Amino acid sequence: MSEALVEATLRLAAPLLLAALGELWAERAGVVNIGIEGTMLWGAFAGFAVAVATGSAAAGVAAAGLAGAAVGALFALFAVWRGADQIVVGTAVNLLALGGTALAARALWSGAPPAAPRVGPVFDAGTLPLAGALLRQTGFAWAGLALALASGLALRATRAGLRLRAVGESARAADAEGVPVAATRALAVVLGSALAGIAGSALVLSLSDSFSEGMSAGRGFIALAIVIFGRWRASGVLAASLFFGAATALQFRLQARGGAIPYPVFLMLPYLLTLAVLALASGRARAPGDLGRAYRREAT
Amino acid sequence: MTRALASALAGLACVAAAIALLGDAPGPALRALVAGSLVGTAAWTATLLKTAPLLLSGLGVALCFRCGVWNIGAEGQLLAGALAATALATRGPADAPAWLLAPAALAAGACGGALFGAAAGWLRAWRGVSEVISTILLNFVAIHCVALAVQGPLREAAGAYPQSDALPLAAQLPALGRVHAGVLLALAVAVAVHALLFRGAPGFRMRAVGLSPRAARFAGISPERTGALALALGGALAGLAGACEVAGVTRRLYEGLSPGYGYTAIAVALLGRLHPLALVPAALFFGALEAGAGAMQREAGVPAEAAKVVQAVVILISTALAAGPLALRRPRAAEGAR
Repeated sequence: MSEALVEATLRLAAPLLLAALGELWAERAGVVNIGIEGTMLWGAFAGFAVAVATGSAAAGVAAAGLAGAAVGALFALFAVWRGADQIVVGTAVNLLALGGTALAARALWSGAPPAAPRVGPVFDAGTLPLAGALLRQTGFAWAGLALALASGLALRATRAGLRLRAVGESARAADAEGVPVAATRALAVVLGSALAGIAGSALVLSLSDSFSEGMSAGRGFIALAIVIFGRWRASGVLAASLFFGAATALQFRLQARGGAIPYPVFLMLPYLLTLAVLALASGRARAPGDLGRAYRREAT
Repeated sequence: MTRALASALAGLACVAAAIALLGDAPGPALRALVAGSLVGTAAWTATLLKTAPLLLSGLGVALCFRCGVWNIGAEGQLLAGALAATALATRGPADAPAWLLAPAALAAGACGGALFGAAAGWLRAWRGVSEVISTILLNFVAIHCVALAVQGPLREAAGAYPQSDALPLAAQLPALGRVHAGVLLALAVAVAVHALLFRGAPGFRMRAVGLSPRAARFAGISPERTGALALALGGALAGLAGACEVAGVTRRLYEGLSPGYGYTAIAVALLGRLHPLALVPAALFFGALEAGAGAMQREAGVPAEAAKVVQAVVILISTALAAGPLALRRPRAAEGAR
């Protein structure tokens, strides 16, 4: 792989990795949050709006995290506290994001949205070939790598990680042991959603330079697939995100070369690839035992 | 009923609040919404035309949800149906008898939708892929398939725009004014789906799997195969919606043909509490909302996307208001089915 390809892979994988880690936290706690797509969209919108208003990309990223957490709290309110169906609530969150961000964007920016400050590389580019590709990355990629490592360790070796997994494997058993199920799940969803919001800001402050309606374009759903492909492990999620980043980078390269292949075929590829990967990867992996199940303590 | 009304009203109230928040006067906007959907022949025509695809695809969604299959892919199935119907009507045999053309186009649409539904069903039953994700991904595939078709093989002879030729007159649905026969067809299909679910053996199996995949398996019903059947049937209904849309309203295939009917269909199914006959008023409500949102955009300058906010709020409120922890008596997807 050439250095440029490595660089593009990491850049394109960063938002997927952040969103998928957020989803991983929620799913290990037993909550499927398909609203992560809409959460990314809110993050992209809030990140862009605040970055434009303040002129600071960092403020935009922070706002995106807060917006994501707020959307996560809404999801948790219905799906965890009320125990409503997680898929249905997630679908509603996605619709709300599509409609709400479009309404707000048109109210804020009539015509073309302004340009936002962008998130630049953390370090100056090095001269070593592959180190250069690494060093030119933005904070999004660095944060993703660090959080993947931290999540893996935290899930495996900390008390909080154990509680999170317990709630996801068997809510009833965890409850019997005195772990607060609803609070743990809600916290996992809110923190994961904050991460998804930040992933959304990576789309708008690093991968492109402006907000457009529906710009998450299914990346949240690909993040859901990444969690499954990564077998609900942080290391697997990291590897799967890099795989999708590399596939997207290759797709752009092929696309730039042009030729006889019509444009929509390229646009279709990521989704077909995701389906193919799921078809090959599913079945062998084991999901958390209580994934997708609302928990309600039985009357005593 | 009261719950449905309460959630519908809450949705409208939220939009009024959002409009006010964004600095417009909600009064004129809401007046345009009502006038554009319920006052006069033109408004009712618009409402009924939006109701037909919502009812058909909503029935497809409800059928799947009843079976415990989370089909979020009605949008893609609808587009696949529109694509298949257009392909048959504009590129099919030129010497086909005229009386056959419109029914054949509808059948092709149903097949196209069923194909997309069945793909998700196959992945779910035999590869263990969650249908939630596969149906969503197939939505994106279908969108780009339509783009591919209208830029390539189905592009109009004039070649000016990325759209198909107009469907031949014989393939278009008969209409009274602008209200095409698909509206009646949708009503008939609602009755048929009701009969299938509550009178027929396949419907019984689907509901059994939906209520308890485990118990169904003990009774000798395969949750996997039944789920795949539900997805194929649900896809066929959404595909039929797409075929009716091209053969009755747009007359051509182009990108952006559907303003998200397939997603609204989920709200329709939930507001109708997954009951085929109750889906009729639910589809009418969202049809009116869709038609009114268009009028609101034209007359009050409020983006039609406001309708999506109403849908989201209706979904949230109607599931949260439902009694019990699992709002829809959500059937647990079985061991192995996930």
